Amino acid sequence: MSSIPLVSTAALGRPVAAAVPAWSTLVLERLSAMPKLAGVTPASRLEVRATPQMVPSGIREIDALTGGLPRGCLTEICGPASSGRTSILLAALAAATQRQEVCALVDISDAFNPHSAAAAGVNFEKMLWVRCGHLYKPDSPQSHPSALLRAGSVTEKNKKIEKPVEQALRVTDLLLQSGGFGLVIIDLGDTPLKMARRIPLTSWFRFQRAVEHTATVLFVISQVPCAQNCASLLLKVSGKKLSAIGCQHSAKTSPAHSQLLDGLQVQGELLRSRLDRKPAGSVTAAFTTKVRAG
Amino acid sequence: MNQSLNDSMSQSIIESMSQYFACIFVPDFPVEALLCAEPELRSQSLAVLEGKAPLQKVFAVNKNARRAGVDPGMTRLQIEACTGLVWRARSLPQEAAAHAALLDCAQSFSPRVEAAGCDTIVLDLAGLEPLFGPLPKIARALARRASALGLETCVAVAGNPDTAVLAARGFSGVTVIPEGKEAELLGSLPVEVLLVNSACVQEPRQLLETFSRWGIRKLRDLAALPDIALSERLGQIGIHLQKLARGATSRPLVTVEPPLIFEEEIELDYPLMLLEPLAFLLGRLLEKLCARLAARALATQELRLCLELQNGCFEETSHVGMGHPSRPDRAQARSFQRILRLPVPLLDSRTFLKLLQLDLRANPPGAPIVKIQLAAEPVRPRAAQNGLFLPPSPEPEKLELTLARIAGIVGDDKVGSLELLDTHRPEGFRMQRFAPEPFSAQRHRDTEKNNSTFLFPISSSSSSVSLCLCGDSSDDLVTALRIFRPLIDVVVTMQDGKPARIACPKNKEMQGEISWVAGPWRSSGDWWEQEGWARDEWDIAVQGETGIALYRLVRDRLDGRWILEGTYD
Repeated sequence: MSSIPLVSTAALGRPVAAAVPAWSTLVLERLSAMPKLAGVTPASRLEVRATPQMVPSGIREIDALTGGLPRGCLTEICGPASSGRTSILLAALAAATQRQEVCALVDISDAFNPHSAAAAGVNFEKMLWVRCGHLYKPDSPQSHPSALLRAGSVTEKNKKIEKPVEQALRVTDLLLQSGGFGLVIIDLGDTPLKMARRIPLTSWFRFQRAVEHTATVLFVISQVPCAQNCASLLLKVSGKKLSAIGCQHSAKTSPAHSQLLDGLQVQGELLRSRLDRKPAGSVTAAFTTKVRAG
Repeated sequence: MNQSLNDSMSQSIIESMSQYFACIFVPDFPVEALLCAEPELRSQSLAVLEGKAPLQKVFAVNKNARRAGVDPGMTRLQIEACTGLVWRARSLPQEAAAHAALLDCAQSFSPRVEAAGCDTIVLDLAGLEPLFGPLPKIARALARRASALGLETCVAVAGNPDTAVLAARGFSGVTVIPEGKEAELLGSLPVEVLLVNSACVQEPRQLLETFSRWGIRKLRDLAALPDIALSERLGQIGIHLQKLARGATSRPLVTVEPPLIFEEEIELDYPLMLLEPLAFLLGRLLEKLCARLAARALATQELRLCLELQNGCFEETSHVGMGHPSRPDRAQARSFQRILRLPVPLLDSRTFLKLLQLDLRANPPGAPIVKIQLAAEPVRPRAAQNGLFLPPSPEPEKLELTLARIAGIVGDDKVGSLELLDTHRPEGFRMQRFAPEPFSAQRHRDTEKNNSTFLFPISSSSSSVSLCLCGDSSDDLVTALRIFRPLIDVVVTMQDGKPARIACPKNKEMQGEISWVAGPWRSSGDWWEQEGWARDEWDIAVQGETGIALYRLVRDRLDGRWILEGTYD
């Protein structure tokens, strides 16, 4: 069969159709004649995935490193506590709300501080805050002694109290399916590692699929990478050591009450970027930024 | 010149149409009003009973029941022998709702509407031909619109209101009587048509007996009688009836302005105990309400659901108790009220139904339901033209449903947008309903102008990206504080007046030597009230396993308690 070298030629991505059109036509005819390969699209005809539109993250250094936050993709920022993840989150939120986009924050541990957000410039009118940190038990018909109206399946459901992570996954699913949000943030920052790692990969795939071909930026902050291959952009941030933490005055020369936290120095590393078609881990760059105390 | 020409043309159009009126008549109106609520009974024999048990009598019947031999006036005992006959008690609220729906139907075509009876509506067709087409088309459209509201009607168009009413009552379906042929077409109708619901005739039975003695059966017989002789025997009423029979009357319409009240209700024979059948009934009511609102080119922003319960007992403040004075057997009945407020005017019965279902699932009434009332507050529909280049925003219908579903997962008070309060008190904010305002094009243009340098495609080499972002500087960034909710109690060891070590009994990760400390930041407030507060804030750094963690440590000066308020991140 002479079709084997022909297929390999097409797979190499050479412009077969342009160079030898008659040859290419013959190949396609033979391929279509084979029942097993009739439905196979040649590699030369595969559509190139459109480059996503990038939006600014609100931090100059991150934009310089990554090109911004990609729409229709999942962006993950991971790092330990006090590494500056939430500051980046607020900067992205402020930038998005200032673009008049409707944003949603799924706050798993209910850790969002409105005063920090206001200082960062977040427009609260455009931000939906979902607080999942509290265990919520729907009003059960059994709680009323005279209750007779009930929805059959809900009775069993009411007995089950959802964990915050489960709540957050359901809420995120609803928000993404609803559509129209410019930025959806999942805050896993204080979620214990065990619980964060237990989030099934299928959930992340579903989220990625839901935002694909939409203008939504799905943004996740966590302690360790959770979304794995579903994240188009993965940044790791870390706070600098104690000596680098800014103080207005030295502790030795001034009394303690005159000292104030001046800010953090955040260092970040781009661990993965699937947007510029480079293998994971091949792009390594660092940024350092300074955030003042709010 | 053109203006005068247009005026003369419109005047001629109005003149050509000014002689025509349409009448919408609902045969067996009490039955049709019930069929609006239970359309599945349309194919069955249905009788409407009136009176108190056991002395109930048949008040109205539909065609099938009439064919089965059931007539108005029969007692319940008599009709119980009929197999396959369904009977229902007469419902005045449903008849009122059906009449209101009929008025809405007429109002959607013409502003000049007369309520000639609860089952008869007359409307002026002057000037409608350029809008809706020729007269038969208008008549068919009227019948279709009424059918969409759940009412089977007879529609007639004639040169004067009385002829239109007679034709609608006498002929089934759609009838158009051309000018000059009124007497000819009305002639085949029986004389009883003249005396149905006639306000000018005091004793219709005597008059009918008189006509019967004279051998007058049809309207053409009455129209052929000599005027003077008829006047001598019956007086002015005779002349008036003869004019009606000839289709020669002329009178102005007594127009009504129906109030913008959109209410529907169903009184149930058996109490409802499950949500699914309730949703089924709510769906019907909502469809009718939406059809009525659409007929008046309106939408709604507030839905009020009132459920009358059987032996209800409530403690919640949202449940408003009301007695039912007309039903002594339900003296203990209470009503359960839910109000659904929407951020934008909507007109989608499915969305309303889903929202009500979610609301009722979260807040069940807790007792069997015997009556359902649903009212919509009419508002002008939303007129928004979205641009191609506006930022994405959720559709209001979908957003409402999503918010309701999320509220069902996390709770009503845990979802929404923020409002900062004018206070320095920690947690000085409150949650409010999330309703993003529509984006104005002007603001968008301004924003786009300012941020035009932000939108850029990704470069192939991320390490070489060099950007100049106008108006955005990392100097504007602030350190975020993550709040611990609930606050974490810690034990603090002091050294030289400063915290030197913290220990958290519940969380071992949050303890250790304090390697850096700043503070205190002293604040207090609301001391003039009972809920005053006073505190010292310290910023501390604790070396942990994963690195340095920065915390905000707070000492409550009122009770001396040490708490970790949050972590800087």
